[in-house]
Amino acid sequence: MKLELRGITKRFGALVANDHIDLVVEDSQVHCLLGENGAGKSTLMNVLYGLYEPSEGEILVDDKPVAFRGPSDAMAAGIGMVHQHFMLVPVFTVAENVALGAEATKAAGFLDLDATRAKIRDISKRYGFDVDPDALVEDLPVGVQQRVEIIKALVRDARILILDEPTAVLTPQETDELLEIIGELKASGKSIIFISHKLREVKAVADVITVIRRGKVVGDAPPSAAPADLASMMVGRPVSLTLNKAPAEPKDTTFAVRDLTVAAPNGQRVVDGVTFDIAQGEILAVAGVQGNGQTELTEAILGLYKHASGSVTLDGNELLGRSVKDVLGAGVGFVPEDRSHDGLVGAFTVAENLVLDLYDRAPFARGLGMRPSRVATQAAEKIAEFDIRTPSADVPASTLSGGNQQKVVMARELSRPLRLFIASQPTRGVDVGSIEFLHRRIIAERDNGTPVMIVSTELDEIMELADRIAVLYRGRLMGIVPGGTPRDMLGLMMAGMTAEEAAAHEAPVAAGTGAAGADDDGAHRAASSFGIDVVTDDSDSGDTHG
Amino acid sequence: MAEAQQVPETAQAPLPTGPSQPTPSAPAGATLLRRIVTGTPMVSLLSVVLAIVIGGILMAVTNPKVATAAGYFFGRPGDTIAEIFRPYAALVQGSIFNWEGADFTAQIYPLVETFTVSTPLIFAGLGVALAFRAGLFNIGAQGQLIFGALLGAYVGFTWHLPPGLHLLVVILAGIVGGGLWGGLVGFLKARTGAHEVIVTIMFNYVASFLLLFLLTTPAFQRKGSTNPISPFLDEDALFPALLGPQFRIHAGFILAILVTWGVWWILNRSTIGFEFRAVGANPNAARTAGVNVGRATVLVMALAGALAGLSGIAQVAGTEKYLSGGVAASIGFDAITVALLGRSTPWGTLFAGLLFGAFRAGGVSMQAVTQTPIDIVLVIQSLIVLFIAAPPLVRAVFGLNPRRPKKAKEPPRAKAPMSTSGAAS
Repeated sequence: MKLELRGITKRFGALVANDHIDLVVEDSQVHCLLGENGAGKSTLMNVLYGLYEPSEGEILVDDKPVAFRGPSDAMAAGIGMVHQHFMLVPVFTVAENVALGAEATKAAGFLDLDATRAKIRDISKRYGFDVDPDALVEDLPVGVQQRVEIIKALVRDARILILDEPTAVLTPQETDELLEIIGELKASGKSIIFISHKLREVKAVADVITVIRRGKVVGDAPPSAAPADLASMMVGRPVSLTLNKAPAEPKDTTFAVRDLTVAAPNGQRVVDGVTFDIAQGEILAVAGVQGNGQTELTEAILGLYKHASGSVTLDGNELLGRSVKDVLGAGVGFVPEDRSHDGLVGAFTVAENLVLDLYDRAPFARGLGMRPSRVATQAAEKIAEFDIRTPSADVPASTLSGGNQQKVVMARELSRPLRLFIASQPTRGVDVGSIEFLHRRIIAERDNGTPVMIVSTELDEIMELADRIAVLYRGRLMGIVPGGTPRDMLGLMMAGMTAEEAAAHEAPVAAGTGAAGADDDGAHRAASSFGIDVVTDDSDSGDTHG
Repeated sequence: MAEAQQVPETAQAPLPTGPSQPTPSAPAGATLLRRIVTGTPMVSLLSVVLAIVIGGILMAVTNPKVATAAGYFFGRPGDTIAEIFRPYAALVQGSIFNWEGADFTAQIYPLVETFTVSTPLIFAGLGVALAFRAGLFNIGAQGQLIFGALLGAYVGFTWHLPPGLHLLVVILAGIVGGGLWGGLVGFLKARTGAHEVIVTIMFNYVASFLLLFLLTTPAFQRKGSTNPISPFLDEDALFPALLGPQFRIHAGFILAILVTWGVWWILNRSTIGFEFRAVGANPNAARTAGVNVGRATVLVMALAGALAGLSGIAQVAGTEKYLSGGVAASIGFDAITVALLGRSTPWGTLFAGLLFGAFRAGGVSMQAVTQTPIDIVLVIQSLIVLFIAAPPLVRAVFGLNPRRPKKAKEPPRAKAPMSTSGAAS
């Protein structure tokens, strides 16, 4: 099926989200839409899927113009969409979810799920999905849930699949599996529109790449194009993709976490006996798939949980059990993972947000009174220093773009002398240009002699910044490995293998030997053949390897 | 007024970026509260206009004289129109300027009376507004007012202190009474999570009936009276009259203006106000930034209670001069409307309090002159709240609603292309 968009323009008031976009998706083709957050990719796809009406332009399916009044029209025309956030009912089975909205019924209105089950098995077999129609969706891993979404589209005879940032929630392994599935779908004649801002995936899967910037098509590129060229097309100026950071020069170990455990209200241990150290002048990056205890780990260090046990010491002082204010006062800079939820008060001005956790300290306050002139001076300085793009310091922070909001948070946290810097997802939803800038600031803080802890679900970011990498899986530390550890091994650890197991698993393949390396000794040998020093902390006890 | 900057305004309301990410986890009530609190001044103004228009229609259709005049509408249409506008004319005459007054005193008497009646409304409105700004729905101004009045009046008629000092002590007693009653709500919320709406509503009942009970006990009941009323407060315990004995206005009105400035200072210039606003706008971010949300909750409720307590003092040491079961009238509830109409800004609340004072003062004369029931004023007040709570409705009536993208389930991620020219470059 051939799909063509001609001169699609979508305006919201004065704002042009899509500006005369032309796009042709051929039969059996993977067409990647590459662009930064806010470039207009999602808006375009929502137009295509009938969620928005285009202000101008037309959509042609097999050279015939069509008008979609809603998603059902788009589905009827053979277009299926897998949203970034899945639209599944967690307590329903796979079959029930797939049937939802197009339920077949037997006499007297009883559900006929057998037909749906059969279809699911059929599709599952054909594309190698491995999905059980009777499994509850909430029990399935994220990658499988995504396949359920794809099945939903295929059951409705979609011939074009739109995948909106499909890899954002996946482990590297799941990502590879998804890319394989996309290959299968393509081979069976489906067309796929793959939306992403990750260069590596796009290059791996695309037949054609269309780059969108600020609502306009910048140009097409073959998948063989150099990453740096693609990045500059996205950003609109030359970008350096590697930081070339100097090697770390770790000094004293001033920050230590021992056997930190956080229990959720239901008794489940969301952080389970985690132990690690960070030295001054070193970046420890915590890798892991979203939701494996990273949030709780950082928030427990900050003092947000009353029921955390273990020990967290900074410069020899216990932090656990102290108030957030005390922890911040001890010299901890904290960038939360969700800036709009925890990092900023959207209704506050940029200037106010720049002193959000400094408001009652000198020089911004004297006694009970605040000093607006000092707040304004600080704002002017930080806006200049961090190149925060804002019409003025007095507009609400919520009106800024994601990258600039993040700069506000980072500027604030880096604006005082720090003894420890923790940043979760420091560049999530941030444009490529700002990522580079923020990374350099983080490294500058490290080189200043501050212990730095970075939490990220983006492996690229981990690889870029880490001097050492700690991997979390279901609240447990799977091990701490050196900065240059290959992605595959990190991926295995993110899926629940300890460092030794992962090394053992990977090494035979990498070394080209067939050895299984099951015993401990073999694992270490395999690891070293992989060029990895498996770091095992003695105080770590057995917990992290369970 | 610096207020204009503090409240995120039109920038969010009229699309296209949509109300920028409403905190996903925020309960629906909190979102509604935030929307009301951050409504635009235009919506407040239009709400009042709309309520007055609808009130006028109601009066017109229920007034037999209008019906009579409408019978010969085509003969003399002026009569019908005059009849329709007569109640509002009486309202203005009774609240702002009496053009039929014999002398200057009589002419400005209505305006001065409006100021007098607004005084307790302003205090209590500030209490509600302050709590709103910290994200708390303080329905309890009524109970806090009663507690302030109770303590203040007791100190006023049992203690006998030198002039000046006595009034000061009475004011302090009002602050303490209201502050404790409000602070207790904050404590329960911070410690146990008890919702402030439920707690304050129940506390209102407790306060009301405690007052009625106490007024029958020897400690509070006036000697020789069978009515449940207290003795008069000492002369020294009263606010001095501002314009002589022919007017009821007292120094409490000046205090109300000073306190309005004080609340403005607390909210916009003090560290605790910064905390209050941060907790109100995004409690998660406030907590992450080291604000002790529980402490802020207790403190803001205590301050809100203290303000409502001052409202009680304005009653017992200002206009009433003694304590009775009706000391609070409906001031504590009108205060909610006043705070909403004032968009929870201190100066906005002051003006909304004046408007409602005018409604009350004028309503009485409207009833006397045109036999229009004073209840119509209540209807208008209620309509104002209704409209403030539904800004899209008001904008629709005045044709101000922006055209919406069809079925826009999620706000388009469209900040980048034009608005931030150069976010990336």
